[in-house]
Amino acid sequence: MLEIRNLHVAIEDGSKKILNGLDLTIHNGEVAAIMGPNGSGKSTLSYVIAGKPDYEILDGEILLDGENLLDMEPDARAAAGVFLAFQYPLEIPGVATMTFLKAAMNAQSRARGEGELKTPDFMRRVKVGAEKLGIPQEMLRRGLNVGFSGGEKKRMEILQMALLEPSIAILDETDSGLDIDALKIVSEGVNALRSADRSFLVITHYQRLLNYIVPDTVHVMSKGRIVKTGGKELALELEANGYADYVSDVAA
Amino acid sequence: MVAVKETVEQVKTLDVDQYKYGFSTDLEVDKAPKGLSEDIVRFISAKKGEPEWMLEWRLDAYKRWLTMTEPTWARVHYPQIDFNESYYYAAPKLNAAPKTLDEVDPAILDAYKKLGIPLREQEILAGVTTSKVAVDAVFDSVSVVTTFKEELKKAGVIFCSISEAIKEHPELVRKYLGTVVPVTDNYYATLNCAVFTDGSFVYIPEGVRCPMELSTYFRINEKNTGQFERTLIIAEKGSYVSYLEGCTAPQRDENQLHAAVVELVTMDDAEIKYSTVQNWYPGDADGKGGIYNFVTKRGDCRGANSKISWTQVETGSAITWKYPSCILRGDNSRGEFYSIAVSNGMQQVDSGTKMIHLGKNTTSRIISKGISAGRSQNTYRGQVSAHRKASNARNFTNCDSLLIGEQCGAHTVPYLESKNASAVFEHEATTSKISEEQMFYCRQRGLSAEEATALIVNGFVKDVLQQLPMEFAVEAQKLISISLEGSVG
Repeated sequence: MLEIRNLHVAIEDGSKKILNGLDLTIHNGEVAAIMGPNGSGKSTLSYVIAGKPDYEILDGEILLDGENLLDMEPDARAAAGVFLAFQYPLEIPGVATMTFLKAAMNAQSRARGEGELKTPDFMRRVKVGAEKLGIPQEMLRRGLNVGFSGGEKKRMEILQMALLEPSIAILDETDSGLDIDALKIVSEGVNALRSADRSFLVITHYQRLLNYIVPDTVHVMSKGRIVKTGGKELALELEANGYADYVSDVAA
Repeated sequence: MVAVKETVEQVKTLDVDQYKYGFSTDLEVDKAPKGLSEDIVRFISAKKGEPEWMLEWRLDAYKRWLTMTEPTWARVHYPQIDFNESYYYAAPKLNAAPKTLDEVDPAILDAYKKLGIPLREQEILAGVTTSKVAVDAVFDSVSVVTTFKEELKKAGVIFCSISEAIKEHPELVRKYLGTVVPVTDNYYATLNCAVFTDGSFVYIPEGVRCPMELSTYFRINEKNTGQFERTLIIAEKGSYVSYLEGCTAPQRDENQLHAAVVELVTMDDAEIKYSTVQNWYPGDADGKGGIYNFVTKRGDCRGANSKISWTQVETGSAITWKYPSCILRGDNSRGEFYSIAVSNGMQQVDSGTKMIHLGKNTTSRIISKGISAGRSQNTYRGQVSAHRKASNARNFTNCDSLLIGEQCGAHTVPYLESKNASAVFEHEATTSKISEEQMFYCRQRGLSAEEATALIVNGFVKDVLQQLPMEFAVEAQKLISISLEGSVG
């Protein structure tokens, strides 16, 4: 279970406050969607949960199964089960995707005090995962994300998610830059990973993604807070009426 | 940027304690008196039991050296060197000229064992992981042992110390010594001509593909002693050899001088592949101690269709001043230079290559990867020139620099000169930093900061590592990680 309580966050140099007392609870097995206009702090929330260093935490706590994530380094959070699918996945030239996947999986099992994966087991898991997502073997030999299209990068994020088996997976605008076919593949990949002990935080601008990844709860974010919470029908309402009802008092 | 701050903090406290070869070996040594003079040159020559012509050659070089001045054009800074404060000859006393390995001082064998250099042929043969490599082990001023000599002899290959070659194969040494790097080439090369003590000699006869990798392992052990190695490799028509070189030295507070000269000659259709992993002691975090590495390495593609390829991984030395070069004399000859230069702490590197195109249709390729961390300065300096007769000369140069932290520097100084209109030179250069975003991405996947840096750096140097022989590549990869330990937060 992920519990965020009274979270106040500013950009590191203190120039701008982005999260203003955010509260959010996501239960095990729950798929929560966060929607909101540009600049409402959605991406910041995903970065702060994952531990990106550019932010200053002014107040509040983030607990994953009772453990305070804010006390942990980004790699320790990853090993504890936090996964962030990036909106813009980074390129690592010269590092074969396969090499990167193995390094990441082994680093996490080491951190958890588990043994490293045997190479044949690793190869098999990658092969099965890649096939499901329509990722050709040839891509796995190329430098990570180097020269990949937007859709290929997103599929690679989902493959990493499948291999790393997180307890909380955050999808930061995974639908951006995807055509409808790619969106379907990615969504199927995500749906296949839904389980009773894994929760999801799906960040998106548009309702479209939620037709494929159907959420249990929808949260509207504005000015760095959750301003409304509802079921999946809330997404449809937002689609029809826009965010105006929630952001009207922001204009000034 | 929190991570950058951490990096800076980390760099401040950086210690070069990670140097794993800093031990020294206690031995009784036979030393020349301190300082440099004509008498010292005579002393060295006498110790080596050299013929008269060699002594004359040395004395001539010494006289010329006295008239020369130290070059100052490189981007390196160090206090004036007092050449009279060094020892120019130091040899282990016990059995200075051992016939077999059993006669070598056990303390020396132990030192090589600690360094992981196999000297016993049966051990090498028993080893399942490494392929067969013949080793010439040079300890301070003398070669202590050369392995697999007999087996190489059967193939017609001569592999021995240069001291031995001067006595056993004077006709070959006289024919080639100083023909690639002339006696008066530069200040350090001339000094080397006067006082060189040992190094390797390789002769590959016509049409022979050397049956195994050859290597020399240089170890400086004595305090205040300079090492002046001299290596000469000759590949006759249609022959091939791959040669590896490794170097380490104990951790000492004083700077020590290493001024080597390496000459390579390839005749028609011959190829020499020369790989170096240089890991001399780099000095401590404040720049105290470390080796001054002033090296002249040059290959002469004398014959048509011949090829010389330099691959270097430079991680050690306080100062590196080194430009392995190719003279592309034969038509259709090819020169290659692949380099990884890593600097950390207070290290200063000024390294690169020269590709001198003289023959027709000559080609050259330069791939240089510089990685700077700590407060180090890392300069690539390269010259590519085409003589007026060098029709259709082609060069491709790619220089990439990677910066880790905020206090280091990377510099690229290319010199291009073409006197032939048909020559085509291409030059690409990039400078990048390991971005905060890349670091965060890797750490989000569970990698520690150190693991992430090592992974990104290994990706950066991959093109060059691929040029190294297998076992060496693995070694080099480890070495690069060790050299950068403590460079990230």
